[in-house]
Amino acid sequence: MIHVHQITFGYTPTSPLFEGFTWDVARGEMWAILGPSGCGKTTLLMLLAGLRFPTAGQISIEGRPIHRPRPGTGLILQDYGLLPWATVRQNVELGLRIRALYGPDGKHAPKESLTENRAPYWIDRLGLTEVAERYPSQISGGQRQRTAIARTLVLQPDLLLMDEPFSSLDAVTCHDLQHLTLSLCQEQGITLIVVTHAIEEALALGQKILLLGAPPNRQARIFENPRAGQGQIDRRLHNQLWEEMKRQGHSVASP
Amino acid sequence: MVMKQREITLAALGLLLLWQLAALIVQRPILPGPSTVLLIFVRELGNDLLLHFGASLWRVTAGMALSVLIAAPAGIVIGASPRWNRLVSPIIYLLYPIPKVVLVPIVLLFLGVGDRAKIALIFLILFFQILVLVRDQAVGIPPQLIQSLRSIGAGRRALFRFVYLPASLPAILTALRQSIGTAVAVLYVTELFATKYGLGYYIYYNGSTLLNYPAMYAGVIAMAILGFGMYVVVDWLERRWCAWKFAS
Ligand SMILES: Nc1ncnc2c1ncn2[C@@H]1O[C@H](COP(=O)(O)OP(=O)(O)O)[C@@H](O)[C@H]1O
Ligand SMILES: [Mg+2]
Repeated sequence: MIHVHQITFGYTPTSPLFEGFTWDVARGEMWAILGPSGCGKTTLLMLLAGLRFPTAGQISIEGRPIHRPRPGTGLILQDYGLLPWATVRQNVELGLRIRALYGPDGKHAPKESLTENRAPYWIDRLGLTEVAERYPSQISGGQRQRTAIARTLVLQPDLLLMDEPFSSLDAVTCHDLQHLTLSLCQEQGITLIVVTHAIEEALALGQKILLLGAPPNRQARIFENPRAGQGQIDRRLHNQLWEEMKRQGHSVASP
Repeated sequence: MVMKQREITLAALGLLLLWQLAALIVQRPILPGPSTVLLIFVRELGNDLLLHFGASLWRVTAGMALSVLIAAPAGIVIGASPRWNRLVSPIIYLLYPIPKVVLVPIVLLFLGVGDRAKIALIFLILFFQILVLVRDQAVGIPPQLIQSLRSIGAGRRALFRFVYLPASLPAILTALRQSIGTAVAVLYVTELFATKYGLGYYIYYNGSTLLNYPAMYAGVIAMAILGFGMYVVVDWLERRWCAWKFAS
């Protein structure tokens, strides 16, 4: 589904974060991107989301090169993703309103428009009905993250990108949302890519784990983790990733 | 700073009481008591005072509307684009601190003594205030918010509609509130020159030509109502448009 081919990218030309980097994702896979702060995880998501562009090489999704954000891709950033002046309901409906603003022009919105307003369904499904008329500042962190998920699912994506989605939540909420995210993606047939700096989270969510290290990243180092989402953690893989990150950690520039 | 009605009423009564006391102590025609003035105020409303009030209200409202319509979009454009910000900010930095009252004679020279000059002066006072506050607001919008919206298809138009505009509203209203005092003061000054309408003219004419002190104070009260009324309107708009600011 995603084909990252020989890309090079850096915010400054002298210190590239990725250099000739290649990585492939198949449809329906659940990926975790793991690595220490500053290694380029968020940047890789921005490249996949079509918000930044490689200086060399190419990224294509579903066979199409990425030149702008793709309507079928949902992006959830850690904080700040919700409009503070809009209620939960308005935030969930935001994507629909943006599409209504442009019409199905095939650029900002897909040519075939969504036929029904799925916002009420997702608000209900994610347990947000009671807080639907509240502002983001009035709800919990977990509810905010649920709102962001609902907003994305309303647009019926086939690919979901999440940047450290649960890192600021308490352990129980974090566990619940991890579980919810996995089951929703499986149910809706969504390919999932989650960025995290926590090994536990990578092991909980990623059936495959892409480990990034000190830039520039040239090789995709991939770890298979078939036990993701089954409630128990692969200790041996945990230790292996721990050792890898420790080895890399010293050479990563502090963020 | 949204005030409760009861507190405001109490404060108004307290001030009237102080005024009455002062009038009793001073015992001179230049300080009539509030009861005398309020009576004259009501009577003068039947004469020309309402007309003068209307003239002043029109000038200050027109100046405000004009400045919001021009300064707010300009502030958004400057704040949203680092390149524009680098280019324009030094100019704003130079012009912003100039007290706009010193421009009164210049604007009068260029635009004459009619309504145009008076509206232009109000416009100038508010323009920079709104420009600076809206620009700073736009600069402070987290890039993650912009990226989130762009990822669900937002282009420039949707960003303006769903991010920059709602984010700017509190800044615009704050700028208006901060500028009401200065705007009314400058309005008063401009209305001293070659006009036959406006509260400035009315106050000055009654006070120094007719020596009709109660009428002069009635004019002062009308001016106070003008300023206070604008505060009330701004507060009302803020509660309507920026409800999220008050949600906790
Ligand atoms: N907009 C930007 N401009 C310049 N440098 C940036 C920008 N965003 C990130 N960087 C730098 O790029 C590197 C990788 O950042 P990022 O992808 O956010 O890392 P991670 O998400 O893995 O912590 C860091 O050194 C960071 O300082
Ligand atoms: Mg990051």
